[in-house]
Amino acid sequence: MILECRNLTKTYRGKKAVADLSLSLENGKIYGLLGENGSGKTTLMKMIAGLVKPAEGEILYHGHPLEYRDKAHIAYMSTEPFYYDYMKVSDVGRYYEDFFEDFDRKYFQDLIGKFGLEEGMKAKDMSTGMSAKLKIAATLARKSELCMLDEPLNGVDYKAREEIIALILEEADDKRTFLLSTHLIDEIESFVEKAFFIKSGELIKGMDLEAERMASGRSLTDVYMDIM
Amino acid sequence: MEYNTGMPIYLQVIHELKKKMVKGELKPGEKMPSNRDLAVLYKVNQNTAARIYREMETRGYCFTKRGIGTFVSEEEEMFEDLKKEMAGELLRNFIHEMEDLGYEKDDIISQIEDYKEEQK
Repeated sequence: MILECRNLTKTYRGKKAVADLSLSLENGKIYGLLGENGSGKTTLMKMIAGLVKPAEGEILYHGHPLEYRDKAHIAYMSTEPFYYDYMKVSDVGRYYEDFFEDFDRKYFQDLIGKFGLEEGMKAKDMSTGMSAKLKIAATLARKSELCMLDEPLNGVDYKAREEIIALILEEADDKRTFLLSTHLIDEIESFVEKAFFIKSGELIKGMDLEAERMASGRSLTDVYMDIM
Repeated sequence: MEYNTGMPIYLQVIHELKKKMVKGELKPGEKMPSNRDLAVLYKVNQNTAARIYREMETRGYCFTKRGIGTFVSEEEEMFEDLKKEMAGELLRNFIHEMEDLGYEKDDIISQIEDYKEEQK
């Protein structure tokens, strides 16, 4: 087990963003985090990334309480862009290289090429699809054990979406674990192994996709429609 | 590939690969994609890709050379069996559906003949 959340709670202005939430992630799997806007998905990811401190509960990373050092192995991609308009693709690479020890510059350049981006392109001139790809490339070029991507497919055109998914599938080997949040359930149906359904900060259900299909013939979409 | 999302994905990929073998798109002894490539090709995760190969190996459709990769079986009979098996599956479903509609054996055969005639 790479990560375990026990009874996590986070309150913002008296309102519970995450409430008594427990879940665990095994090494080398792709997980989906599903729920409406404001259901607590982002807060949960930020807590795991060490960006937000839980009010209650604990997070165990490889069995020990999450500590500063672990941050180096956990990548989190937020929904907001992390770079400035004036930056070129190459600046984003340098910026990341300064920030993260595990950032692999050469690999970043490979990914950029694969995605059809160029080092000289400016962030402000990019389409939504291009900047989504840039964000993913920068995040995955950190060879982190745990990669959390918050809405990696949102607002991205079909072709870029397929490219992003292909890259995730390539990268998600037995050494890397992925946690993806998305609204596009159909898009992740064929490759997510387990989905967590979050509603009002609470974990409603964990679903093992292939086992559910085998047992009840229900898809991720079917279950989502039923319980959310 | 379009999936029926209510059915296990790994079984659907196996079915697709079997079809490729019967159609000769995957030839005896041919090297199959790596787990990673299979995952990307069929939009599944790498654990599912590994499961697909494990399952196919158990059934004798392919074999693994350690450290080199997975290969399509070289046994000709396996291909013939596979073809028969897949045809059998299609027939079983078809007959079942036709019988559901009230057709009996002879009606079904004449229906097929009529259909083939119209297609000419």
